[in-house]
Amino acid sequence: MNFLNVEELQRLFLFLLRRIFQSIFVLFGLSILIFLLSRVLPGDPARMALGARAPQETIQRLRDEMHLDEPLLQQYQIWFTNALGGDLGDSLRTRRPVVDDIVEFLPASMELVLLAGVISAIGGITLGTLSARHKDSWIDNLVRVISYMGVVTPAFVVAIIFLTFFTTAEFGLDLFPPIGRLSSGFEPPPRVTGLYTVDSLLAGQFDTFVNALHHLILPSLALALGSLSQEARITRSTMSDNLTRDYIAAERALGIPERTVTGKFLLKPSLIPTVSIFGLDFAANLSNAFLVEVIFNWPGISRYATTAMLYKDLNAIAAVILILGVTFIVVNILVDLVVGILDPRIRLRGARSD
Amino acid sequence: MAEIAVSPAPDLTDVDELARIQRQNRRENLGRMWFKFSRNPLSVIGLLMVIAIILLAIFAEFVTPFPDHVRPFTDFVNAKKPPGGEYLLGTDQFGRDILSRIVFGFRFSLLMAVVVLTLVVPVGVTLGMVAGYFQGTIIDTIIMRITDIFLSVPPLILALAIASVLTPNLTNSMIAVSLMWWPWYARLVYGLSSALRTEYFVSSAETIGARTPHILFREILPNMISPIFTKMSLDVGWVIIIGSMLSFLGLGVQEPQPGLGTMVAKGSDYLPTGQWWMAIFPALAIVVVVLGFNLLGDGLRDLFSAEEV
Repeated sequence: MNFLNVEELQRLFLFLLRRIFQSIFVLFGLSILIFLLSRVLPGDPARMALGARAPQETIQRLRDEMHLDEPLLQQYQIWFTNALGGDLGDSLRTRRPVVDDIVEFLPASMELVLLAGVISAIGGITLGTLSARHKDSWIDNLVRVISYMGVVTPAFVVAIIFLTFFTTAEFGLDLFPPIGRLSSGFEPPPRVTGLYTVDSLLAGQFDTFVNALHHLILPSLALALGSLSQEARITRSTMSDNLTRDYIAAERALGIPERTVTGKFLLKPSLIPTVSIFGLDFAANLSNAFLVEVIFNWPGISRYATTAMLYKDLNAIAAVILILGVTFIVVNILVDLVVGILDPRIRLRGARSD
Repeated sequence: MAEIAVSPAPDLTDVDELARIQRQNRRENLGRMWFKFSRNPLSVIGLLMVIAIILLAIFAEFVTPFPDHVRPFTDFVNAKKPPGGEYLLGTDQFGRDILSRIVFGFRFSLLMAVVVLTLVVPVGVTLGMVAGYFQGTIIDTIIMRITDIFLSVPPLILALAIASVLTPNLTNSMIAVSLMWWPWYARLVYGLSSALRTEYFVSSAETIGARTPHILFREILPNMISPIFTKMSLDVGWVIIIGSMLSFLGLGVQEPQPGLGTMVAKGSDYLPTGQWWMAIFPALAIVVVVLGFNLLGDGLRDLFSAEEV
């Protein structure tokens, strides 16, 4: 990596500041959108939450609690101030603060999405590099077919296929447990991060770690396949473009070993688009996890949100969208930052005009 | 379109003759495009898959073995039959033929894609085109900042949220998907039209006093048709995926109507008890549809060299 001097750091800082400012605007807009969604759409939220047969007084109490009889602008003001203070209201279903629910369920999703991210990055870059180095061979063709199929197959279909082949006895391949985070008989490890695999290692419970990992592999693999394919495709195409560049030929002519040429001088410039795609996919996987979590009965935030949606629990729905929106935006800023550091051209241009 | 010199020199004052030459040129262009398209076997496979799926969906009543299995129907004697014999892909928990239901499921998937794209493309294209033409003005800022807000959340989550507050059915799931899909067209077209506005033919039109609607729809729009068209053909697959995700979660097509996602969801309940065919075949059907439209879309992208899509 090139050494960053003070001037470049300054530029990077300005670039970051600009992106954060833009994002605050987008977040503000998003909050209005979510608020409108949860208030203006047809039907009385209180009645939807309590059911058609709830007595009028109960509904009125909930309406007062949610400030539904105030003017819309004032409702938004109350909701927004509360949200800024970290209060997203009570879940209309569990009757607990939504934030508490989210804190409880988010780590399970994070564990899934993080492992999926690791799998897709390692797998995608490996396959892409392999494909580019053996261009037009059978390896290349195989990787291209697999990655094309991986791109067009949605994660929930992959999940169903995995569930069918690797958890049922029909095909003699029941290698993985079908649902949940731990087998019955295992206690969740003491909570530090909320990620069972990490917590069990911290507590020194090795059995629990193996069991948690065993439950984790299949759903995260199902989630990872799409982004893995996309990263393999993008790595392959940028790398095979760069392979034809003059500087590679020059390095080879100088007698630098092939391994050093591909591993060092080719890989870094070829990974810049992959990093962008990785970031987008990572954030998108939070939403793809919705159906994967339902299918594997994974107690994460997506399954929580799905239940909330089926019960029309508007406070919970609004909170989950807001949290996911914030995550999406933050990940995007991080990606821009990493790409900026990796690619001096973008770093310089980004600070000047964009 | 490029004009081709035809010898002997035609009489250009003859209107009929001119029209004939134009028709001939258009035919030759089409022929050349088809030749280029047909050189890629994958694009042709995609086209054939799409045609087959469309035909199956249209003539579902006549080609499926049990067309009445898509209406309220129970036949417990033949329930949960494994694939093979009379029921090629097996039967579900009510004894309904899964193959027939999949073919009718194509119909709902295609219907969803057609309705969503018909609603979304004109809105997104118009907004993006106006914002791009008036780049740098307040109109641009308003339109594109709203677009940014919609694009800041993963599309599925927004569609889920909208669908979940409405009554769960096919129409409302179409509304939900449409509401979050237009920004993608707005952004694509914004980029295209802001590049086109500096072209000579646009400034010439401005100089001779053409009105804004004329410039937008007669000068700029015709030059963006191929990328828009390419994106549409690729989007059919993605809309079908989102639609099947919604119906998987119970927010789209409702029983006894056969939505592909609904069938996967209901079928997955029977995975632990060993009836694997109920979920896997509708799931694979989704893959087949999306694969077909993507192969076709990729072929069109190469054909039009529309890299920006």
